[in-house]
Amino acid sequence: MSGIEAKLQRFAAIADDLEGQLKKYTDQGVKVIGCMPVYTPQELVHAAGMLPLSIWGSEKYELIEAKKYFPAYISSLAQSCLELGLRGRLDRLAGVIIPVLSDALKCLSQNWKAGVPQVRHIQLVHPQNRRIEPGIVFLSKQYKKIAGVLEDIAGAPITPAGLKKAIHVFNEHRAVMREFTAVAADYPHLISPLARNAVIKSGGLMPRAEHARMVRELMAECRAEPKEPWKGRKVVLTGMLADSPSMLRILTDYKLAVAGDDVGQESRQFRTDVPDDPDPYRALALQWANIEGCSVAFDPERKRGRMVADLAARTGASGVIYLLTKFCDPEEFDYPIMKKEFDRAGLPSVLIEIDQQMRNYAQPRTAVQTFADMLG
Amino acid sequence: MSQNPQETPVPAKTLLANLAANAYSDAWEAKKRGEKVGWCASNFPQELTTTLGVKVVYPENQAAAIAAKGGGLGHCEHAEGLGYSNDICAYARINLAFMDRQSCEEMNMPMPDFVLCCNNICNCMIKWYESISRELNIPFILLDVPYNSEFETDDDTLEYMWAQFQYAVKQLEEITGKKWSEKRFKEVRDISLRTSRAWLKAAGYCQCEPSPLNGFDLFNHMAVAVCARGTVEAAEAFEKLAEEYAQAAKEGASTYKGEQKFRILFEGIACWPYLRATSAPLKENGVNVTATVYATAFGFLYDDNPLSMMRAYTHVPNAISVERAARMRIDVGRRNKIDGAVIHNNRSCKLWSGIMPEIDRRIQAELKIPTVTFDGDQADPRNFSEEQYKTRIQALVEVMTENKKGKKQ
Repeated sequence: MSGIEAKLQRFAAIADDLEGQLKKYTDQGVKVIGCMPVYTPQELVHAAGMLPLSIWGSEKYELIEAKKYFPAYISSLAQSCLELGLRGRLDRLAGVIIPVLSDALKCLSQNWKAGVPQVRHIQLVHPQNRRIEPGIVFLSKQYKKIAGVLEDIAGAPITPAGLKKAIHVFNEHRAVMREFTAVAADYPHLISPLARNAVIKSGGLMPRAEHARMVRELMAECRAEPKEPWKGRKVVLTGMLADSPSMLRILTDYKLAVAGDDVGQESRQFRTDVPDDPDPYRALALQWANIEGCSVAFDPERKRGRMVADLAARTGASGVIYLLTKFCDPEEFDYPIMKKEFDRAGLPSVLIEIDQQMRNYAQPRTAVQTFADMLG
Repeated sequence: MSQNPQETPVPAKTLLANLAANAYSDAWEAKKRGEKVGWCASNFPQELTTTLGVKVVYPENQAAAIAAKGGGLGHCEHAEGLGYSNDICAYARINLAFMDRQSCEEMNMPMPDFVLCCNNICNCMIKWYESISRELNIPFILLDVPYNSEFETDDDTLEYMWAQFQYAVKQLEEITGKKWSEKRFKEVRDISLRTSRAWLKAAGYCQCEPSPLNGFDLFNHMAVAVCARGTVEAAEAFEKLAEEYAQAAKEGASTYKGEQKFRILFEGIACWPYLRATSAPLKENGVNVTATVYATAFGFLYDDNPLSMMRAYTHVPNAISVERAARMRIDVGRRNKIDGAVIHNNRSCKLWSGIMPEIDRRIQAELKIPTVTFDGDQADPRNFSEEQYKTRIQALVEVMTENKKGKKQ
């Protein structure tokens, strides 16, 4: 096994083991705070001396307990986050931050309080009028309140200097991850779509500085290898989630490499840095104001379609795969306008519905196969 | 209200029907005069547009009317043809179809020059209005109401909302060229308060035994509470409605025909394509709706402090925590003496339905009453089964009957 393969296996093992990571760090005496989709101020958790653990549901468990709280037409992402909690799989968390950026997430926050009282619920409400001064002030205050709760849990203060340091660590990690997506696009013969996702996803499940170091080592080894012409096609992925191994293996089967992504769990997490500001709470609020092209962040201009089309042009992708998380209505609303943008740009695209409860991938396989054939 | 004593008094329900229609004809006339007309979310603080004298129409209201008149399916399918998933709220799909077609047989309304959005109903509303704003290239005015996980609304939220309200005033002044008047704002708040009080008073007669109204009447009358809350005519019409109910209560009369054997909470948005199908099985079994939080959600009470007005807009059913939402149902259920509850598992409304199982458990535990849930949709007719509904009502009636026997013994 090459050094690259061994490293990728390590990333995969971490990405695949949310519960194991939780156990590992809590066994070491680290307090861990769960961070639910889509955006959370993980810098605050870090500054309080705790580990922020990104939770994006799970494919592992059938939705049984969650059905006592959710009707069937709520996205499986929200449902499986709750299922983990209801099954007691996250009891080692010292708290969980649940942002309410969609209606399903609002329900998740309430059902969590009702069904998982053993894990402290920390409410986070992002303002949607996020660019006007009252919105920035409101969010700064929200973050200060959350900091107070985190200090209480950690038993340690969050100092301005500590928070600034945390912001620096996270911005560095973001820069490394942006670099990694470029490397992954340059070396598709070394980094498959599944491996690419595992490298990214694992970053939310371990200390960021350590992850950044691991990713840098991986990138160095990749760069030592010759670039090879890719025999298949390159695509851009867009959607909330793209971490289903079954789905990502289908891309490999049809020689589709990921040139770039606009995925909620992936690049949207690291394409916007926290800007410089003397007040670190305001800096965090400004990051939310600066986010572009995300389905859960108010944008009457709907720039996302153009951004994805530009990304495809920039990265040499010949098509877009829209991975639509079933019942995720922010993503469902974005699709028709984005499709028009892709058509206008002459950019082929395909819509594929996915679901964390999906067990049969025959339909996505057919869709990907047809799309790959079309791209030639 | 001026009325010639020689003439037969016009019943409140006629006044209300006319007012609801007028709200739309006023908007058409304004449009013809060259004024800017908006599309507005139902729970947006109407005090803003009424003060400025800007005419708006309500897509949710229109979608409900289209659905009630049988046009839901055609519109939903048209929107799906445009690429909108059939998982998306049917009000949104109907409206986005209307936006594309720009007219319909069931209920026309003028096309918008701007949109006014308020997400105290849901965040789906933001996405829906983003699509309108982008497709029609028109300004978007957002009043963001942060979802409240606590029981009370904190000052940070109220201050943020009030700052946005003031920002929205400026935006709307620029768009329409109309000028804000503090004096008029005060008048509008006073009138709106009067309307809200009268509406809540009228709905409050559901507490009487027997109730002087068929609870489904509230679904018909609420359009005025949505569209015309800031007008004197609306206040007067609801005051008249309350007077009529008071008189009927005194006489033991009711718009509910037949014996009222059971009193229930009808939980959720009305199933507009099936108003008759959802009301008939209740009537056949002597069941009257005496409690709902949906219709009365459009009664906003506040004092002179602007933050108080903002607070009222944070207490609408979909903007509140599970604790407050459950309390709202339990309180109205207790006050209006319900024997059971029928819960609409509404596929269109993820937010409402997404915490309903927990609220259901709390209602049952605290009020010790039976509840049944049926699958439906506020506007897409494909998501309702008449047979399932009838069976569920039958089951509810059986338990309520047993409970009554038990009480007598």
